Amino acid sequence: MSAAVEITGVDKTFDTRSGAVQALTGIDLTVEAGEFVSLIGPSGCGKSTLMRLIADLDEPTAGTVEVFGKGARQARLDQEYGIAFQSAGLLPWRTVAANVALPLELHGVASAARSTRVAELLDMVGLSDFADRYPDQLSGGMQQRVAIARALAEQPRLLLMDEPFGALDEMTREKMQSDLVRISAETGAAVVFVTHSIPEAVFLSDRVVVMSPRPGRIQEIVPMRLGAEAARAARTEELREERAFFDMVTAVREALHQGSPVGTAPRGLENR
Amino acid sequence: MAIATATRMGPKTETTFRVLAPVAVGVIVLGVWQFLVTVVGVSDYLLPSPASIIEEFIQFWESILSASILTGTNALIGLVVGSLVGIALAAIAARWRAVDQMSAPVVASLAVIPIVALAPVLNSMYGADSQFGRQAIAALASFVPVFINTLRGFRQTAPVHRDLMKAYAASSGQVLRTLTLPTARPFMLTGIRIASSLAVISALVAEYFGGPRGGLGGLISTSAASSAYARAWAYVVASIALGLLFYLVTLGLERMLQRHAPQARRRP
Repeated sequence: MSAAVEITGVDKTFDTRSGAVQALTGIDLTVEAGEFVSLIGPSGCGKSTLMRLIADLDEPTAGTVEVFGKGARQARLDQEYGIAFQSAGLLPWRTVAANVALPLELHGVASAARSTRVAELLDMVGLSDFADRYPDQLSGGMQQRVAIARALAEQPRLLLMDEPFGALDEMTREKMQSDLVRISAETGAAVVFVTHSIPEAVFLSDRVVVMSPRPGRIQEIVPMRLGAEAARAARTEELREERAFFDMVTAVREALHQGSPVGTAPRGLENR
Repeated sequence: MAIATATRMGPKTETTFRVLAPVAVGVIVLGVWQFLVTVVGVSDYLLPSPASIIEEFIQFWESILSASILTGTNALIGLVVGSLVGIALAAIAARWRAVDQMSAPVVASLAVIPIVALAPVLNSMYGADSQFGRQAIAALASFVPVFINTLRGFRQTAPVHRDLMKAYAASSGQVLRTLTLPTARPFMLTGIRIASSLAVISALVAEYFGGPRGGLGGLISTSAASSAYARAWAYVVASIALGLLFYLVTLGLERMLQRHAPQARRRP
């Protein structure tokens, strides 16, 4: 079985008015099927760009991106992935149920099958009672849950998430992280998760990819030994208070600082 | 003191107040007007009294009704045609940037064409017995606000929504139906609402410059020319009513179609 994502020798350059900007250089990364990988790094390290390349929302300047053994473009056309962004991006004129149904509708799923699936998904994210509400009647966390339900609508084997919890308060965020751990274990999907929160990356991931800016490149890939033997579902709230968790947080921080003693955090990074 | 009373008002009292206040103002103005004419003795030629206008209104009711229908039909045809053309051209201009750049000066010149300049030309072009010139003028006047607002609406799609549609590999038809049109809809409807008043005014003013008689504009000028000022005022009242009717119907349409979009409800 081919890997979920196979990135080889990828460069990405953006042409701006003030000249070419090297966003990514020499990126090699493999994400196995069912694996949870976080991309972390300071602002401007190209982590979102890298995710956009996997989603074929942008094209690499050099190198190849393969998703389940296909080119990124073909994978997008074949709907091999589900995607969620930092802003929920719900259509404000559609109800919660109609928003979740959107991808199914666009890809010609019959109406009856559609409503069954939507009911299932809303149940999974705990929003069954809100099916007929409009997005602006929901809190930010609830909107983000709708967006995740929508991303999961077609049972993708790969889930791409670009700082989906970035705009949420800490309490909601931890709740959503636990939900995501549960959901990804239930669906068995591989996840590429962009974040700038170290504890979030540590809590969620099998591996954390630490990136550095100007030009964006992979600094280090830190395997998360916590819960390495255990299934992902075993990542419970207790984990947040275990010693191994803090060791891993420290490991990621040191990787971000290139092994230099941890003093001030790089710009754009959160230690919470 | 007044503020304190206002804040203490319940929502129901406030609604009643909002309806009653303009009615009261209207009644007072009409009272003062009538007083000026009958008691102070302002000449009927300068200012016909409200009572005499109402009298004329009732006496010429049938002619007022048929004139309103004639002018209203011209305005409606103009509004519908102008809106459809405006929406279609806005869609094309939004799709192809070159079309937008080419059309910008044309639209700008259309926006500043005075009706008085165009009406005599069209009337002589299409003959004295044709309503076409008036409908064309109403269509031109409607086209501009619909085009400008709709084009703006087509440009309002959020980047995150466009990314989403690309991720879903949606066809351009699907993007238009599920994203671009719903995003543009409130802008489109606002354009049509603005155009509705313009269509009535243009259709009416175009009648001053010849062509078949029988519309509100024609009758206003005929009555004024024969010194029947009260009758002229009665036709003016009918024109105001016609303009308001167009405005309220398009406003109702806007409210109805936006009913399911809660963010639009917050609009004033």
